[in-house]
Amino acid sequence: MAGAASPHADLASAMVLQPVAAADWLVVAPVVIPIVFGAALLMFRKETQQHMVVSIIAFALLLLADAALLWRVIEHGPIVMTMGRWLPPFGITFQADVLGAGLATVAGLVAFAAVLFSFRDIDTTGRRYGFYTFFLLMMAGVHGAFLTGDIFNLYVWFEVLLISSFGLLVLGSEHEQIDGAVKYAFLNLVATTLFLIAVGLLYGAFGTLNMADLAGKIAAAKGQAPVMTLATLFLFAFAMKAAAFPVNFWLPASYHTPRIIVSALFAGLLTKVGIYALLRVLVMLFPVERDMLAIVIAWVAAFTMVLGILGALAQSDIRRAVGFVVVSGIGVMLAGLALGSELGLTAAILYALHSMIAMTAVYMLVGLMAEAGGSVSLHSLAGLYRAHPFMAALALVLFFAVAGLPPFSGVWPKVFVVKASLDVGAWWLAFAVLLTGLLTTITLGRVFALAFWRNHAEEPATMVPGDPITWKTYAPVVLLTAAVVFIGFYPQPVLDVAHAAARTILFSSGYVNAVLPAGGGA
Amino acid sequence: MASAPSLTFLVLLLPFLAAAIAPLLTRALRHNAAWLLALVPLFNLVHFAGFLPEIAAGSPVTGGYAWVPEVNVNFSWYLDGLSLTFALLVTGIGALIVLYSGGYLKGHEDQGRFFSFILMFMGAMQGLVVADNFLTLFVFWELTSITSFLLIGFDHSRAASRRAAIQALVVTGLGGLSLLAGLLVIWNVTGVSELSLLLATGDTMRESPFYLAAFLLILGGAFTKSAQFPLHFWLPNAMEAPTPVSAYLHSATMVKAGVYLLMRLNPVLGETALWETVLPIFGGTTLIVGTLLATRQTDLKLMLAYTTVASLGLLVMLTGFGNEGAIAGAVLYLIAHSMFKGGLFMVAGLVDHESGTRDITRLGGLRKAMPVTFAAAVLAAFSMGGLPPFFGFLAKEEMYYAMVQGDAWSIAVLATAVIGNGLMFVIGFAVALKPFLGEPVETPKHAHEGPVLLWLGPATLGLCGLLAALFSATSHAYFSGPMASAVAGTPVPVEITVVPHPGAALYLSLFTIALGILFYWNLERIRGMMTALLNAIGWGPDKGFDQVMRGLVRLAGLFTRVIHNGKMEVYMTVTFAGIALALILPMWLFGEGPAMPAFPQLPFYEWTILAIAVIGIAAVIIAKNRLTAIVSLGIQGFAVAVIFMLLGAPDLSFTQFMVETLSVVILALVMTRLRLSPADHRPTGEKLMDMTVAGLAGIGFGLALLKITQIPFDNSLTDFFNANSRVIAHGRNIVNVIIVDFRGLDTLGEISVVMITGLAILALIRIRKPRRGAAAGTGEG
Repeated sequence: MAGAASPHADLASAMVLQPVAAADWLVVAPVVIPIVFGAALLMFRKETQQHMVVSIIAFALLLLADAALLWRVIEHGPIVMTMGRWLPPFGITFQADVLGAGLATVAGLVAFAAVLFSFRDIDTTGRRYGFYTFFLLMMAGVHGAFLTGDIFNLYVWFEVLLISSFGLLVLGSEHEQIDGAVKYAFLNLVATTLFLIAVGLLYGAFGTLNMADLAGKIAAAKGQAPVMTLATLFLFAFAMKAAAFPVNFWLPASYHTPRIIVSALFAGLLTKVGIYALLRVLVMLFPVERDMLAIVIAWVAAFTMVLGILGALAQSDIRRAVGFVVVSGIGVMLAGLALGSELGLTAAILYALHSMIAMTAVYMLVGLMAEAGGSVSLHSLAGLYRAHPFMAALALVLFFAVAGLPPFSGVWPKVFVVKASLDVGAWWLAFAVLLTGLLTTITLGRVFALAFWRNHAEEPATMVPGDPITWKTYAPVVLLTAAVVFIGFYPQPVLDVAHAAARTILFSSGYVNAVLPAGGGA
Repeated sequence: MASAPSLTFLVLLLPFLAAAIAPLLTRALRHNAAWLLALVPLFNLVHFAGFLPEIAAGSPVTGGYAWVPEVNVNFSWYLDGLSLTFALLVTGIGALIVLYSGGYLKGHEDQGRFFSFILMFMGAMQGLVVADNFLTLFVFWELTSITSFLLIGFDHSRAASRRAAIQALVVTGLGGLSLLAGLLVIWNVTGVSELSLLLATGDTMRESPFYLAAFLLILGGAFTKSAQFPLHFWLPNAMEAPTPVSAYLHSATMVKAGVYLLMRLNPVLGETALWETVLPIFGGTTLIVGTLLATRQTDLKLMLAYTTVASLGLLVMLTGFGNEGAIAGAVLYLIAHSMFKGGLFMVAGLVDHESGTRDITRLGGLRKAMPVTFAAAVLAAFSMGGLPPFFGFLAKEEMYYAMVQGDAWSIAVLATAVIGNGLMFVIGFAVALKPFLGEPVETPKHAHEGPVLLWLGPATLGLCGLLAALFSATSHAYFSGPMASAVAGTPVPVEITVVPHPGAALYLSLFTIALGILFYWNLERIRGMMTALLNAIGWGPDKGFDQVMRGLVRLAGLFTRVIHNGKMEVYMTVTFAGIALALILPMWLFGEGPAMPAFPQLPFYEWTILAIAVIGIAAVIIAKNRLTAIVSLGIQGFAVAVIFMLLGAPDLSFTQFMVETLSVVILALVMTRLRLSPADHRPTGEKLMDMTVAGLAGIGFGLALLKITQIPFDNSLTDFFNANSRVIAHGRNIVNVIIVDFRGLDTLGEISVVMITGLAILALIRIRKPRRGAAAGTGEG
């Protein structure tokens, strides 16, 4: 059993002895806050009246913690904290760099908007059966994934967010929901299990799970370990989580089924965790192998974006169409990953940040459109331009942002991806990105023309008057749309974050040195 | 110089600010808001005019701010003869259009929104023409497409408007993306991202291997925006927009953005054989097709729209002709066209507004009722017909001078220009004369002169066309000369005056006029012939657009039905096939497969256990009913648990026993509840497919595992846990210490997973009949 060392062990060789600076506790706050509040709401699950207030406080705190963390990371470099104070790479390290903290902050913003929107969308039953607990635990999973520095721990957070998203997906138990949830759960389980197997093989090959440690060891591996196979496995598993062609069946099969706020959250967060994992693992841990796989990733990217948007064009159900739009955006991010240059990665990260905000907002908007027009079908939805001009204005901004038209947030990453593609002569990839932009414009322009511009042929007799749409309902959409406009007009701050994030994974020595100052495992 | 650039910045933003307050202002002042709102373009006009002396003297003005400095994106502007003249046209005509809209949409419930859109467009358009940075140019370019979309769809309840709006958005959107790609190619080749710097790069582009790519992409942008054949069809459809929009966007300014782009890049991309062949061919074709199609129309606006297409073709042809005289002709014609066509559109709108129709066969004799309108129409038509002493005459003289060269190519281009001009002469006078001359005809509304807001625009533009020609020395010094020089890249003297000089050009002008008069008398006959011809062809790009769109949607539907067919079995098969490939391909391609392992020397009981596991699996595969299969799977699981035990991992073995027992029991219980068919009925082909995929995936995992076990294991973590479990973590069982201490966080995550799973199952079981807004009617948990 335990080793026969002397009873007075040398603590300094096994543990981190200097106490963690108070401010560095920020690195775990985005995981602790949702878990604590999630547990609390579970305990008081019958007090559904209190859920709103508690959730608002929780998500406001979460957003604050995220923002503070990002600020600190930008100002002072990566923050490291090892659980149980075991010296890395032996304990589990939490590590915030600009990539993780940047994505976390936008995730926090999206979640905050979502919680404001949820009050209208989630009924008492939903609350009692744990909507906010699922939501909070999902945020814990998302943040854990963004902030952990340990690849097995990353798997654990994937599991947390998979199962809590499953909870959100089935909440309501409608037949369509269950059907979507089954496809979602099984296919995602396959991806997650494959990830686990890959981690096992990786551990077998390198004897460590700490990502900073792995980066060094993989780079030093001389032809012994099957690094290409490992990289391909990770690529496959994460690409499936990110909904890349041809393994993205689960997304269009499930995203249109739950409450619109759940779809909005999924669209904003889940696939981006897959993208994050691809960036972190392929660029930071397997840089040489990513280079070899670049052509594969590029084709996957091109197919994902073009077939994704064709899928959207084929739909008459707006919710389904938007699900496909999410997929096609993933293709653009994968294109940046395939390019692998500083500009390409910056564009991928910038697109991820934009897409989190814009797609969540689009889903919320679709929810409002459905409520105002009584339908999500392009065959019957009409007359919103006259009835809800403000909604029409929001729709225009968001649609153009998603299509990558100026002057909104989508234009910058798209331009940068095209430029980065042309830099390396990948004209066909640039063409695919531009074609996708055009097809997106057609798809969303059609939605706008039919749902907003077209008037009802006659006054619909069976319009069910829903609750009037008040400023409170609009507030979360306006918040996110404002972010979309801000990034469009003044991309500098967000671009700086994306650029710094790209540099941290591209030149990983800063990340590695923050964890392992000696430059290698003990 | 700090104040001047910042004032230009304000001027560039001002229309957008005005657009924001326009609806409020209109709510307060109704149509009279036009008088206030017109001050914005007027202010901009005055500001831009302030640069005239400096630029006429030959020194361009640049300014701007860093926008995204990391990637060299600036919000910057560049004013030279070309961009300044355009800016003056945009703002000057813009002011008149705002006033005209005040009258035209008087009392319309969405007039405020209209003002807002048109001011936004104006801001986009002036930004486009003064932009220096490539991306600033692109942003404004796309903004003109977006605002054009909103304006064409202004009358949104009609399906034709919506279709035209989408069509314009698609065609110009396509062009915008092409432009972006072209600019990025130029950026990559030359390394500069500002037009002002690009103009100084000399032959870099022309000598680059990427010249063809850049040329085609830029052409894609220019030809869509400037409606060159066969991409012209969106422009006549855009006439669904209210007439102020047609006058402003779709004749005077936006559609010239393509020509602007070609002129702007002429010093960089021009003077090549490709440029001087492709541009005249497309331009010339567009000129002839446009004019012929115009003769067929009876709707005043459509007649004008097709001549706009033709004029744009003429401009492209002249820009590509390749000598300085042709460029000067293009410049003069562009200025003249903006004035006379804008004016004629406003006249058409006025006639429509006052009489209730714009069908030329139902109009006549309005000269008495609408004398001012008639005068404005005649002024514009004279310029359009190229008669002295109007600006159009100067343009025609100049272009004929340039093209009289004698070689076959020049003669062909010249003939094209003469025929095109002759036909345009017809349409110009048909629009300007037919509604006004002859016997008064009964019209839907009783016509009388429109209010000042409506006739001020066309009258001003008509007079400008006259004055600019009469004082040609001044207009050449400030507008035509600097603009032509900027397009050519070298100083181009423009000296043409209204005084006719005998020579080839004058005779050609006279011939054009004679041709025009001949056509005018035979207009009905030409119209009949064109209608018969088009009916005979029966197809056009407009129809083609619909076919492409329908085909696209059908194709999309086909792909999506095949890929996302909703069948879980297919999804799973594809996924596992992918996994198998992801495992086997890299191992094969990169030689990462395992070495052939030595034949294992195992004791007989280990062989026995292994054999049991294999038998279990075999039983699963051949089992006839599901229950047998489940139990057989359990056999395999138990055998593996025993192997774990033999290899010295009692904890793991125990866990495996528990898991296997529970899963067999639970699965068996579930099976008794589900009414599934007892056996599976897959066809043999599917069975074989599934077998192959499963086999390959299994082999892949096996090979990977084998490979990993063949490389030496790094023991540092194991050693550390061994060394510190007891002395520091105070636990004798290392596995337990790992779970609760070394990797306690993983355990926290897994505990959460278990809790959430329970909660999800609870929700799944308890929520039965969902109804929105209903309170929890189900039991307690």
